[in-house]
Amino acid sequence: MLKRFFGKIGIAEVLLFISVLILIVVVAVPVLLILWTALFVDGSLNTKDIIHILSQPGTYEALKNSLVIAGGVTVLSTIIGVFFAWLVSRTDLPFKETMKVLFLVPFMLPSFIGALAWKMLLSPRSGYINKFLVDIFSLDASPFNIYGLGGIIAVETMYLFPFVFIQVAGALERMDPTLEESARISGAGLLTITRRITLPLMLPGIAAGALLVALYSLAHFGVPAILGTESGIYNIPTKIYEQIYQSGGSFVAIRTGTILSSILIVAAGLILYAQNLVLRAGRFQVIAGKSMRPTLLKLRGLKIPILIFSLLYIFITVILPTATIFLVGTLKTYGIAFTWENMSLQNLKYILFDWRMTRDAIWNSFYLSLAAAMITMVVGVLISYTIVKMKVRGKFILEFLGVLPFSVPGTVIALGVILTWSGKFGINLYNTAWIIFVAYIARYMAFSLKSNSAALEQVDDSLEEAARACGATHWQSLRDIVIPLIKPGMVAAFFLIFLPALRELTTSVLLYGPTTRTIGVAIYALNEDGETVYAATLASVALVIIIVGQLVIKRITRTTVQGV
Amino acid sequence: MAHVRLWNITKKYGDVTAVNRLNIEIEQGECFSMLGPSGCGKTTTLRMVAGFEDIDEGEISVGQKVFSSSAKKFYLPPEKRDFGMVFQAFAVWPHMNVFNNVAFPLQIRKMPKSEVLERTQRAIKYTGLGGCENTFPNELSGGQKQRIALARAIAINPTVMLLDEPLSNLDPKLREEMRFEIKDLQRKFGFTIIYVTHDQTEAMALSHRILVMDHGVVQQIDTPINIYKNPANKFVFSFIGLSNFLPVEIHDGAIYIEGAAESGPITRLIPPEIREKKMTLAIRPAEIDFVTDGGVCGMVRKMTYLGDVIDYRVMLGSVEVRVQKSRRKGIYREGEACMLKFNRFLWYGRES
Repeated sequence: MLKRFFGKIGIAEVLLFISVLILIVVVAVPVLLILWTALFVDGSLNTKDIIHILSQPGTYEALKNSLVIAGGVTVLSTIIGVFFAWLVSRTDLPFKETMKVLFLVPFMLPSFIGALAWKMLLSPRSGYINKFLVDIFSLDASPFNIYGLGGIIAVETMYLFPFVFIQVAGALERMDPTLEESARISGAGLLTITRRITLPLMLPGIAAGALLVALYSLAHFGVPAILGTESGIYNIPTKIYEQIYQSGGSFVAIRTGTILSSILIVAAGLILYAQNLVLRAGRFQVIAGKSMRPTLLKLRGLKIPILIFSLLYIFITVILPTATIFLVGTLKTYGIAFTWENMSLQNLKYILFDWRMTRDAIWNSFYLSLAAAMITMVVGVLISYTIVKMKVRGKFILEFLGVLPFSVPGTVIALGVILTWSGKFGINLYNTAWIIFVAYIARYMAFSLKSNSAALEQVDDSLEEAARACGATHWQSLRDIVIPLIKPGMVAAFFLIFLPALRELTTSVLLYGPTTRTIGVAIYALNEDGETVYAATLASVALVIIIVGQLVIKRITRTTVQGV
Repeated sequence: MAHVRLWNITKKYGDVTAVNRLNIEIEQGECFSMLGPSGCGKTTTLRMVAGFEDIDEGEISVGQKVFSSSAKKFYLPPEKRDFGMVFQAFAVWPHMNVFNNVAFPLQIRKMPKSEVLERTQRAIKYTGLGGCENTFPNELSGGQKQRIALARAIAINPTVMLLDEPLSNLDPKLREEMRFEIKDLQRKFGFTIIYVTHDQTEAMALSHRILVMDHGVVQQIDTPINIYKNPANKFVFSFIGLSNFLPVEIHDGAIYIEGAAESGPITRLIPPEIREKKMTLAIRPAEIDFVTDGGVCGMVRKMTYLGDVIDYRVMLGSVEVRVQKSRRKGIYREGEACMLKFNRFLWYGRES
């Protein structure tokens, strides 16, 4: 019996065992520790402290702010996302294909860099737009103030609405046009069709996108940190950061953090559960039949005004903040005018070569992201393979563990990692780069699982069975058949992790030590210290890396599409 | 007086002419099929009638009313045409139950509630969906979904019904059943049917007249029996059923398979329409008999059971002929010598 058991163990089984172990140690243990620390003190349930912490005005305010911000961002993103999705897929708007790409650009730009740009443009004291308007109309005070809930909601919306846009535009394009045509031939006009057929059918997609926005916004650190802290506005993640940062990492602060984190975990769980319900209820088979072009609404006289409006929207939300970052990054000091004498590449040279702190930050981010992406990609393949292809009992545990990090916000992961790797289990990684590395793996595992599972589901079981029938072992068929076929998915997973990790802020900001700043942390710290110009210069470097990376992804995905 | 009239219809997509100078007149109450391979322009034609595609040239009218006209720059949108239409992919709305799906066109026309109820129930009853009113489409089978689509189309009592391959997504048995139901509905309601299909048996079973189309050009418009018996050209002949096209030559007062004069003549009666030495003989596999005397000599190369029928490939010299005969007429083995008699055949020139 024992021999038979061991006889079955090959390299594949060993690797699988290791990946499951990684998933448990890196993902499950930190989350459980957070819940445990929040709920129990010395092994008994501790309701008194929980109530005490939650009834403090600071925490209560943070909870309220998180809800207000998430609510506002979700509503705004849904309206904007649905409107633009409908515009590019159901009207005769010119340059639709280009617009579609442009609307997705905010997706790849880090929102905290956007917040930084908007601070430079609209801060009441020195914002460029404010100053410009005051000069022109000789106003007494600045017309705009980006600091506050309104500013936070506006900036987050700019970067999160693509979640709704991509869901709805995709659903509209996949929808069988005859569903709308049959309503037309039944006598319904375009407005009636939109109201009674198209919108109801899109509802699951809209809801799914909106819930995703809510999930991200609720746990978002960067924008509230840059635009809220200044005027004393905290949401849950920034409150956790503030508590831990002020107390120098004291246990009391960490406990407060775990209680707030538990609320985030529960909220995220509820959101994902709701999304699951919506998607299941909406599993209409709207994709079928020979597809003809759907009837497009002719915008007629509104065509040009709407086109200008869309381009203006893209200009304001994408081009203006990006250009601001690049321009401010070249200034001698913050606040002076953009003239040739005031601008130079000195800052760039300084942060890339001369200043140890920024040089280290770039290097740290680079090797941490690279290593995390490699490990996560490989482990992700093995776990996805088990989930998608193997008929193992109890694989639902794997599936659950796999999606868990997707619902766990970055702040929570950071806290969990601190609890797990600060000597509690004999290993102390605190203040080393390793702790960030472990946190990145936990944070981005879900990306890898998603991308690799999607790729694996495309590979029909029979392909592997054919290899086995030809005499290949399980391991050989994996190596020679499956891996080559899912390579595009693996490459996509790699970049899906590498690029976001490179600019990561939320998790790193709680974990960095004196020598382990990352790019995101460095930009954030520079901004906090009032070094706005250097923050902008470093942000420009990050943006260039991101843009180049995105172009590489596009290149790769295009060639693989041609290859298939 | 034609009910639906398509006059000189042309439709181009860029450089490709999808439909070229099409003229059709369809009678009131007629079942008119458009048959052809995919991409022949039949669906485009139907969509132009429905109003989903505009026309580059020509005019479409129903009764006295012009629906599309290139000359008058007039185009009535689909929702104003009062057609019933059924699509291949069912196109029933998954977020509405059966009743609401069927009632939709009536509600759109703002009919009084009682009339909506009465008409919807009637349509549901006639399409055999009674009792399913509150069911949602995803709980129903493909056949039932297509019944919803049919009920929805007949609910407004249309004078013209457009059917775009309505049965192609159903399994063969159900397809046959639904054919009869569509015929029945037409008898009850008296609407004109324009039916698009690529399945010739479906067209044969349903239609009063069939239009065979290829590359946007009409090949033949005729009754099913004439289409089958007197196909206008080789394309129609081959599209409408199994076919043999045999190269033949005429010499010494008889017709021979080309290069196989030693097998014996097909016939000594040379029809007057034959003016060339080399022609193509078109014959259906079922029109060839095995005989013991006075036929063309050949050898059975391959024999395949198809159930009731046996399919033979017989070599006449170097030319292969397909023959289908009932099993009861005796069985020839592979490699066995045999003699074939050609019964009903048609002549086409070599190039046509």
